[in-house]
Amino acid sequence: MTKEECKQIVLDIIAEIAADEDLSNVKPDVRLRDQLDLDSMDFLDIVMELRKQHGIEVPEEDYMQLASLDSCAEYLTPKFNS
Amino acid sequence: MSLEEQFDVLIIGCGMSGIAAGIRLSMYQKRVLIVDSHNAPGGLNGFYFKDGRKFDVGLHAVTNYVEPGIKGTPLQKLLRQLRINRDELDLCPQWGSRIAFPEVSLRFTNDFTVLEQEIAEAFPAQIDRFRRFVQHMDAFDALAYEGPVLSARSELGAYISDPLLVDMLMCPLCYYGSARNDNDMDFDQFIVMFRSVFREGFCRPFEGVRKIIKVLLDRYRSLGGKRKMGCGVARLLKDGQRIAGAVLEDGSQVYADLVLSSAGLGETLKLVDAALVPTHNIGTMSFVESIQVISNQPESLGMDDTIVFFSRSDKFRYETPAEPLDLGSGVICVPNNYAFGSDRALPEGMIRITAQADYNYWSRLNDADYLRSKEEWFMRLQQVLTFAYPKLDLAALNRQELARDVFTPKTVERFTRHFNGAVYGAPQKKKSGQTDYENLILIGTDQGFLGIIGSLLSGISMANRYGLTGI
Repeated sequence: MTKEECKQIVLDIIAEIAADEDLSNVKPDVRLRDQLDLDSMDFLDIVMELRKQHGIEVPEEDYMQLASLDSCAEYLTPKFNS
Repeated sequence: MSLEEQFDVLIIGCGMSGIAAGIRLSMYQKRVLIVDSHNAPGGLNGFYFKDGRKFDVGLHAVTNYVEPGIKGTPLQKLLRQLRINRDELDLCPQWGSRIAFPEVSLRFTNDFTVLEQEIAEAFPAQIDRFRRFVQHMDAFDALAYEGPVLSARSELGAYISDPLLVDMLMCPLCYYGSARNDNDMDFDQFIVMFRSVFREGFCRPFEGVRKIIKVLLDRYRSLGGKRKMGCGVARLLKDGQRIAGAVLEDGSQVYADLVLSSAGLGETLKLVDAALVPTHNIGTMSFVESIQVISNQPESLGMDDTIVFFSRSDKFRYETPAEPLDLGSGVICVPNNYAFGSDRALPEGMIRITAQADYNYWSRLNDADYLRSKEEWFMRLQQVLTFAYPKLDLAALNRQELARDVFTPKTVERFTRHFNGAVYGAPQKKKSGQTDYENLILIGTDQGFLGIIGSLLSGISMANRYGLTGI
């Protein structure tokens, strides 16, 4: 899996859990929280969906790795490929 | 032990908080069982049938109404968390409501500036103080799990110097969410209710509370969640500092890793051991409500408010009354008065009047006296309508009557199983949800979020914290 594919997976999950957000213009290098209306409950759901849909575990101490699409890709791509 | 009896989570109570928790947990593959001693779902916000008509129990209004698209609000958060499309709930905004005291009346709608304007006109010397008080609330973390219990009355009094305005603001919020019986409310509860009622506002599905319950239960069922109705928990089985499972009222046993209980703090602990009930923390605030069904829309009789919170004295009382019913204040709700759209109106008019009541009086009556008392107090309670609507012709109203009913603290007790029929449960809340048993967690009323939206968020947040992120 490429980093771009990984970003798309994260975006697809956000589209599912926050159907009322406009995701057409999400900047990969900006914190998701700063450009979308996401709170800690939403981030919990990103983690839960990663586990449910892709079997990927994100321990609580790593939640900050999901701050932006770029950091998601850095952190998650190796997990997808391992 | 068969697999059928082993669950990840057992939820006690099929009300708003229980179903919301059940949905969250089922979404992420937890095996969940919801049990309820009542046959019908909804708990305090349930409904019942009488003479072919459906009556809501708790629902005057759904609070926390915001227009579609407004984010960062409790309503939007819970729709997201439960993956429910807002349109499914058919939320229709109120026309407008009123706080009516002897000399002064304050109107409020789902637009907060209307209330500000009304206060500026009726209390010109207080409006700046009121705005500073609102800022004071904004700076306060009302959702913190731990923190001192502050008095809403003293916090209000520190900013607003006119006691009449203090009482007028306390009146609706006490009625919609204070479990205390000392004319006060916890400040954090007050902040949450202030937002729910004044800054956001009221709405109602055209079909009433049944619509919300149906949407939630459909969601829960579609996720594979199980439920057992008419069969509550008889006893919780303890195993050291944990709860291993429960014996149900039909004698069957179920086991679970986590138990979420919306039964109430004392009511839950009683299921473990009656000696654990905290006798100093048992609610007593209960209500009587009269319901009158009429042939026309109440608006045609001049009743054009959605909800009127009234006090017939400048000093608003909120304490367990010495009489069967305190006629000094109350809430008048007209479910017809919501913007259902130009092509829809409820087929019959309905007028509901709620007032504070003494559980001890109502619970001790024999059947015949109970019926007689309901009839007597219906008539007396109805008289208060002329305080809110001085021109109302009660005789004309009664000529239109199709049906009537009265529910009492005993009814509340039957639907909620709360001690004393206490509508809002125990006075001291447990915001962390924790009990003496590490896997026994409170949700709903006694966790401390009130109202329909509050209860749903309580179920969601406790399920997230203890069921999904692990304990």
